[in-house]
Amino acid sequence: MAIVINGTEYPLPDDPRISLLDLLRERLGLTGTKLGCNQGGCGACTVIIDGTRVLSCLTLAVQADGREVWTIEGLAAKDGQLHPLQQAFIEHDGLQCGYCTPGQICSAIAMVEELRRGDPSYVTADLTEGPMGATRHEIRERMSGNLCRCGAHNGIVEAIEEIMAGGAA
Amino acid sequence: MRAFDYRRAGDRAEALSIARTETARYLGGGTNLVDLMRQNIEAPAALVDVSRLPGLIEDTPTGGLMIGAAVRNSVVAAHPAVRARYPMLSRAILAGASAQIRNMATVGGNILQRTRCAYFYDAAGSHCNKREPGAGCDAIEGFNRYHAIFGASEHCIATHPSDMCVALAALGATVHLAGAGGERNVPLLDLHRLPGDHPEIETILRPGELITAIELAPSEAAANSGYRKVRDRSSYAFALVSVAAGLGLAAGKIEDVRIAMGGVAAKPWRAARAEQVLRGQVPTRERFREAADTELAAAKAFDGNEFKVELAKRTIVAMLSELAGTEA
Repeated sequence: MAIVINGTEYPLPDDPRISLLDLLRERLGLTGTKLGCNQGGCGACTVIIDGTRVLSCLTLAVQADGREVWTIEGLAAKDGQLHPLQQAFIEHDGLQCGYCTPGQICSAIAMVEELRRGDPSYVTADLTEGPMGATRHEIRERMSGNLCRCGAHNGIVEAIEEIMAGGAA
Repeated sequence: MRAFDYRRAGDRAEALSIARTETARYLGGGTNLVDLMRQNIEAPAALVDVSRLPGLIEDTPTGGLMIGAAVRNSVVAAHPAVRARYPMLSRAILAGASAQIRNMATVGGNILQRTRCAYFYDAAGSHCNKREPGAGCDAIEGFNRYHAIFGASEHCIATHPSDMCVALAALGATVHLAGAGGERNVPLLDLHRLPGDHPEIETILRPGELITAIELAPSEAAANSGYRKVRDRSSYAFALVSVAAGLGLAAGKIEDVRIAMGGVAAKPWRAARAEQVLRGQVPTRERFREAADTELAAAKAFDGNEFKVELAKRTIVAMLSELAGTEA
């Protein structure tokens, strides 16, 4: 039983009650992932498991056995160069207090892949054709699981738009 | 959260055998169950993780679709066959929760999720017959904006929160079950129970019984279908009222029609009376309104949710008008 986090393998906790979020923060010292509501309502704890964005607060750590987890700590290059989306968040003021930011960025990275794959959203007009590009309407609907109480949503959407337009991420 | 044993089932037989020997609950994505355990509303002795059992979406020999219970909600919604042949199911799933939660939640878990009634969740301060049989129901005289207008009882007025199930109800889906006594199939519409005298008993599932798949029959009405959800914010909120509908037209008349509502009862509510009014008729807004009036005649609202009656009617008319191409 082991879990790979940002490329490093860790043993799973013996107690199945421990959430993936608590494993990251309390046992492994990876405090970039944030504890918000702890009940699936805010998205601050979003991490990427096997390429898919999920909530680490509602994931039991044992459920992630054998999976590959990426958190905000694993996104920058080894030389410290920020991930393009991290850089875009800074340039577009996609944050104020910063508490929701790790969840926003992990969520957005996986969201970009969903859009590129052509997965539909609730606001996609034609389900069989899929989304017609990364419109603000599509991005806002797809990012609705990540709340920002400072109100940085406009900057967040702009940062994502830049990444989608530039082909990075 | 109370201590429990965690067991991951390698296959269905193992899952059934573990669930037979312990006071166990099956675990899918955990998006509802883990939360309820953290609140001490659920306290199973063991969790049997069935989220890694094989989950496939396959065509059936009759031209329908079989969806494994372990398939993630987001995978169902994005599947090409679901998008083309059962669009109301894609739309209903995409209307629910957030992308993260849809990525985690399984089909079986979505069906068996429990009400979000605030009094059910408030173990420390509220009376709830569903949580503690005989304790009373604080919702009946309380803040019941989100509660039922159909099928409630003097013991419980909670609603079932699923969007996906509303589409499954309209589609007449069949639920495949496996248990100690073998396998059986039940219509989704018969799976959930109305509260009656026992709101704590929410389904007809037997102890240890496992949902293994959902089967959808081929349907022309399903191909021309959609889902409308009305809620307090435009995304990531539970329904005040939602409508899943499909319309099959032939020679300018309604040949087949499917309507179900969410946010109005303890189970997804199939609008059979409205369908009856519409079959064989020319699709007009007036006829849609007549059908909606007929269905909602049986509604019983509470102080906080009277608005749902008119809202449900208008949502039915809007959804059917969109499908018929008669939007005003």
